Amino acid sequence: MKGRPDLYTSYAQDMAFLNTRPKRAWTGALVVVALLVPFAITDDLLMLLATGFVAAIGAIGLNIVTGYAGQVSLGHAFFLAIGAYTGAALSGDPDGRVLGFGVTSLPVWLLASGLVAGLAGLVVAPIAVRLRGLYLAIVTLGLVFLGEHVFREWTSLTGGPGVGRPAAVPELFGVRLDRPSEFFSGPQQLYLLMFVLLVIFAVLARNLVRSRIGRAFAAVRDRDLAAAVIGVDLTRYKALAFAVSSFYAGVAGSLLFVVNGFFDPGSFGLLLSVQYIAMVLIGGAGTISGAIMGALFITLLPRITRELPAVLPFISADATGAVTVFQVEAVLYGLLIVVFLIVEPRGLFGIWVRVRNYWRTWPFSY
Amino acid sequence: MTEFLQSLIRGLGSGSIYALLALGFVIIYKSTRVISFAQPAFMLAGAVLVSYLAADVGFFAAVPIAAVLIAVLALGVERTVLRPMIGKPVFVVAIITIGVDVVVRVVTNAFIGLDVRQVGDPWGLSTVTLLGVEVQQRYLVMFGTTVAVVAVLFAFFRFSRVGLAMRAVAHDQEVALAQGISVGSVFALSWAIAGGLAALAGVFVATGAGVDQQLWVIALKALPAIILGGLDSLGGAVVGGLAVGVVESLVGTYQGDVAPWLGPNFALVAPYVLMLVVLLLKPYGLFGAKEVERL
Repeated sequence: MKGRPDLYTSYAQDMAFLNTRPKRAWTGALVVVALLVPFAITDDLLMLLATGFVAAIGAIGLNIVTGYAGQVSLGHAFFLAIGAYTGAALSGDPDGRVLGFGVTSLPVWLLASGLVAGLAGLVVAPIAVRLRGLYLAIVTLGLVFLGEHVFREWTSLTGGPGVGRPAAVPELFGVRLDRPSEFFSGPQQLYLLMFVLLVIFAVLARNLVRSRIGRAFAAVRDRDLAAAVIGVDLTRYKALAFAVSSFYAGVAGSLLFVVNGFFDPGSFGLLLSVQYIAMVLIGGAGTISGAIMGALFITLLPRITRELPAVLPFISADATGAVTVFQVEAVLYGLLIVVFLIVEPRGLFGIWVRVRNYWRTWPFSY
Repeated sequence: MTEFLQSLIRGLGSGSIYALLALGFVIIYKSTRVISFAQPAFMLAGAVLVSYLAADVGFFAAVPIAAVLIAVLALGVERTVLRPMIGKPVFVVAIITIGVDVVVRVVTNAFIGLDVRQVGDPWGLSTVTLLGVEVQQRYLVMFGTTVAVVAVLFAFFRFSRVGLAMRAVAHDQEVALAQGISVGSVFALSWAIAGGLAALAGVFVATGAGVDQQLWVIALKALPAIILGGLDSLGGAVVGGLAVGVVESLVGTYQGDVAPWLGPNFALVAPYVLMLVVLLLKPYGLFGAKEVERL
């Protein structure tokens, strides 16, 4: 089909991983840019981007259950916490102040965190599949509060509120990635590690959602009764969606604090869950690339508002002035979400689609 | 026995706070099919407003004024932020209300500062002896006021034309529109009522303890209450709210002796356990209408 790239002659071609030429070109370009970035920008920005990539893994997970399977979960923070503590406990120092088993190999604790969180998702699933809509949202919110309580009280694992414990140790083939090596600095290595992991998990998720399972998820989302009629086993697929989403949350959770190296049980509250829901909705529900965009947007937002005092002199940069940067940050956070969703309910992905469609038929874009 | 009665009354008192908030959630849900996460902010704003007004006009005048002002604020939020979102997915709207909540709360926090503000209520922590049991006056006032407010509210929905219109909208928006009911003003009115109720609840939370920046967290307790009672049942909201308050208070009193392994402060999450247990048995809560499914 040379010269006619948009002509599909088979279903497989239509469902291909990157089914159009611009998609292939853009994705390739983005990957190259992302790989070159660590040599161009400062370390603190790199750390922020690395955190953003990890958040993107978590957001992809939430998007699978919320965006694709349509089951709104406010309990993502709970599964992130399970992953974070599994990873940290497995790789922790056996002789330390808190529980640790000394298994520092990254692939081992990464997978273990995902699996433990996924199992927790399966345990919750029987309750979840009975509920719909807002009932489900609030029940999963209850999970967050229960989890917060457990992690606060279980001090031998978590170190207790306000004290915390060290995060998982990122060691790959005997090399500590958070320490500078011969060629790279610590942040550069972490950035590259998180980027590679994000690509792996994004590709896996993309492949999942364009498979039979993904179509079943979409059918459940669009009308669960109709899906059941055409032969989708609702219980099975809702449980599966929860398990996969929790697996992603577990993986993301175990990595989330690697960049900082330290975390306490107060980190896994309602706010974290809301942030992930915001990532999915702002990015665009039901799209993998949207989840990544949303996660980066939400992670970078505080940094952007932090720069505001330089531009708007009436905002004071410390906590003493009439209008402090912290207030502006919080207000802007709320306002951005409100304005964004009113103007473009399909999120960043929706904006991208509009831009794409404008240029696709340019200059006849109407 | 005295201990039991005391914690029961304490539970009913704080339960009536949850019931007022839950009523707000349910009224908004019934008319607009959306859960408003902005309730905590309205509650906080109501308490702060009273703490400023009480110095000038006295506590008893300040409370209704604050309730009305917060109702107007809620109405304004509905008209400007929520109205453009009609017909959009409910979770997008829910996230927007979280955004509203953040904005209102940050602005309100600026008026609180770092201190604890007093609302100037006449009860404080003083107690009264009722049938041989010493109870705090404020819990009796909370319960009594809530009973009165609920009675007025139910009478309003049952007997007034506007209440009838609101029930019609809750039943079917399109049919209500066809009968000449202004669905838009019903939306606005339900937000206003919810705002007023939240402000009242905020004042109750602040009696005896004062207003600080963490006050809003209490409003989240209304969430298990509405799920417990059923999202679309006003009676369920009241029962759920009181049940949450009583369970929380009783667990707080006895859990230390019965099940210390659950850890201190388990009482704070006990309502969620109760909610999970009820939902395992009844997926639409105690009084919620089962969704009719059609293809």
